[in-house]
Amino acid sequence: MTIITCVKQVPGTNKVAIDPVTGTLKRDGVASKLNPYDLFALETAFVLAEQTNGKVKALSMGPPQAKGVLEESLWMGADEGLLLSDRAFGGADVAATSYCLSLGVEKLGEYDIIICGKQTTDGDTAQVGPELAERLGIEHAANVLSVDKVDENSITVTLDLDGVQQTQKMSLPCLITMEKDTNTPRLPSYLRRKAVCPEQIKICSLKDFPNADVSMLGINGSPTRVERIFSPEVREGQPLLTGGAKELSQKLYDILCQEKFV
Amino acid sequence: MYKVMDNNDFDALRLITSPERVLVGEEINPDYAHDELGGISRMPEALVRVLSTQEISKIMAYANENNIPVAVRGSGTGLVGSCVSIHGGIVLETTGMNKILELDEENLTVTLQPGVLLMELAAFAEENGFLYPPDPGEKSATIGGNISTNAGGMRAVKYGTTRDYVRSLTVVLPDGTVTQLGGKVVKNSSGYDLKDLIIGSEGTLAVITEATMKLLPLPQVTISLLVPFNDIEAAINTVPKLIKSRYSLTAIEFMERGTILFSEDYLGKRFPDRKAPAYLLLTADGNDRETVDKELYGVAELCIENGAVDAFFVDTEERKSTVWSARGAFLEAIKASTTEMDECDVVVPRNRVAEFVLYTHTVSEQLDIRIPSFGHAGDGNLHIYICRDDLDEKQWHEKLSKAFELLYEKARAMGGLVSGEHGIGYAKRGYLAQSLDNAQLEIMRAIKKVFDPKNILNPDKII
Repeated sequence: MTIITCVKQVPGTNKVAIDPVTGTLKRDGVASKLNPYDLFALETAFVLAEQTNGKVKALSMGPPQAKGVLEESLWMGADEGLLLSDRAFGGADVAATSYCLSLGVEKLGEYDIIICGKQTTDGDTAQVGPELAERLGIEHAANVLSVDKVDENSITVTLDLDGVQQTQKMSLPCLITMEKDTNTPRLPSYLRRKAVCPEQIKICSLKDFPNADVSMLGINGSPTRVERIFSPEVREGQPLLTGGAKELSQKLYDILCQEKFV
Repeated sequence: MYKVMDNNDFDALRLITSPERVLVGEEINPDYAHDELGGISRMPEALVRVLSTQEISKIMAYANENNIPVAVRGSGTGLVGSCVSIHGGIVLETTGMNKILELDEENLTVTLQPGVLLMELAAFAEENGFLYPPDPGEKSATIGGNISTNAGGMRAVKYGTTRDYVRSLTVVLPDGTVTQLGGKVVKNSSGYDLKDLIIGSEGTLAVITEATMKLLPLPQVTISLLVPFNDIEAAINTVPKLIKSRYSLTAIEFMERGTILFSEDYLGKRFPDRKAPAYLLLTADGNDRETVDKELYGVAELCIENGAVDAFFVDTEERKSTVWSARGAFLEAIKASTTEMDECDVVVPRNRVAEFVLYTHTVSEQLDIRIPSFGHAGDGNLHIYICRDDLDEKQWHEKLSKAFELLYEKARAMGGLVSGEHGIGYAKRGYLAQSLDNAQLEIMRAIKKVFDPKNILNPDKII
C-alpha cells in the first residue's frame, strides 16, 4: 500500500505575535516545526505501511526551508518526500493550496490513501484535506478518530461528527484527515536521520508542472483574501458562585438556562 | 510532655491571625494528618493558615512559651512525614503565602513567599526570560518545602540542587525571633553559613517565611533524547561513560518499561516508544539548535556504541509534553499500581548507580516483592518503591523492613547516603542514625538544641 501524507511547516510556538500595523504574523526569528496535527497523520500512515508492507511518501508545499519538515518525516519513518516550492505558489489560500498539492500527488504516482492532519496550527481552516480530495475526485473522510480496517480495495474509518461518531467505508484511493490525539506519534530517530540520503527528498518548482494552470496557483489563484488577523478577545475573570449545595445548584441551573444549555 | 491545647490556645491563635484561618478538631480535613505517602499519621490539634512573617513570629513565641509543638506544612507532597505533627499541636500551613514579591533583573534574583508552588516559580521565571533550574518531579510542591528538603530533581546533573539557588532566607526562630540569613550577594564568607544550615533542615530549626532565589538566563533551546536499550544493565552502565565524556547534559534519567506502562495506565496516554526494556532520557540545552544538536549527536553515538538500539529526538512542545509528563507521573503511577508502598531515595556515587539498580532486582527476587525504580541516574539519586500488592500486614512489614535494611546497607557499603532529595523526616530517622557516626549525630543534636532549646519546632524529626 502506498500512502501519501501531507505535512506543513508552521511556527514553532503558539505564541507568535501579531504585527498591530500590518495585521500579519511576526514570523521573524520564530523557529518553525512540523504542524502538530500532521504528526497524527504520519503515525497513522506508518502503522498502515507496517501492516501492509507499504510505503509512506511525505508531501509539502512551502518555501525552501520547508524541506525541514520532510526531513523530519523521513526521520520518523517516511520513505521519500516531495517539496513543492516556487514563488508562484506563495500566498496561496485553501483553494490554491489544494490545487498545488493535487499536482504534487500526481507527481508522486500511484497511491492508495492520502492522509492529512485535520488542520494546521497557523491556518486552522481544516479545509485543505477535503478540498484536495475534491480536486483529485476521490472519496474522503475528515476528523478521523481511527482506522478500523483496511484491505486491498477499501478502508473503514470512524470519524467524529461533533458529538456523533460515524463509521464509514470508502473505496481506495481515498483521503482521510486525522483528528488530534488519536495516537502517540513516534519520535524522530537518530539512526534514520543518519541514514537519510539527499535524493530521498525531491523539490519541484513550477517548471516541473508544464501543464499546470498558473491562474489557479499562489496568490493569483486564491479567491479569498485575509483582511485582518487579530488576537482573540481575552475574557477577564470567571464567575465564582458561592453558597450552599441547594443554592449553588439553583444558580448553576439558572445560568445553564440563560445560556440555553437547558 | 507537650501541652494539650485547649480553647484558650485556640483563641490566642485566632487573635493572632483571624478566626476563619484557625481550624480545630473536626474542622480539620483528615488529609492534614499525613503527607503524600501517608505512612505516618497524626492529626494536628490546630491548623493555622498563616499569611505573614509577623503572624508566624507571634505564633512561634506563643507556642514556645506554652510548650506547644509546631510543624510547618506546604503542599503536603513530602514522602517521609516531615510535615506531620507527630505530637499533635499546631500545623502552620503556608500555602496562602504564595506571592512572588520581586524580580530583580540586575541581581538575577526572585524574592517570594514560601507557599509559591514550584510550577508557578518555573513559569514565572520562563515568562520573564529566566530559568529556575531545580526541577523536582513534584511540581505542585511549595518552594518552602523544596528548600526544607533541599529538593534536587531532573536538572541536578548540570545545575545542582535547590541549595545552589538560595541567596537569602527570612526565617522565624522557634522563640519567635525574625532574622534574615544571606542576602542578594553572590559570594559570602561571613561566618558560619546559617542559611545553608536551614536548607534541608525539614522545618526543624526555623520557619522559612521569605526566600530570595537565584535565576539564570533562559537557554533558548532545550532538547531531550529518549534512548532505548535492550537491557537495563547496558542502559545504566552508559551513564558513567556519558559523564566521563564531558557532555554537559542537564538531565540523565533512567526508566524501565514496567514503570512506563504504569504511567500509561495512570495518565491514559501512550508513551511514544515502549518496545525496549530500559530507557535513558537525556537532555541538553543551549542557545542555538545547531550547538545542541551537535552535542546530542555525540551523545547518541556514544549510547549506540554502548548498546542503545537507537536514539529519539524529543524536540517540540508536544513531544516534550508526552515524554516528560510520563516521567513526572512515575511516582503517582507506581502508587496507583499497588495497595501500599514505601520509598527509598538513596544517593550513591554516580559510577555505582548501575550496580545499585541491579541490586534492587536481586532484593526483589530474594524477598519475592515488587520493587520498581526510576531515577536521576546522572546524579546517583534513585527512587526505589517497595510495593505491598497482595501481602498481608505482617508479611508486608517484615519484607519492607528487610528490603530497607538490605538497600541501605548496600548504599552505605558503596559510600552512598540515606536520602538524595526527599529528606529524613520521621520515616528514615533510624537509617540516618545507622549511616552517620556518633560525632556527627551529636553535632546535629547540639545544633537543634541551640536553635530550639524547648524542642517545639517539628520535634523528633531527622535525629
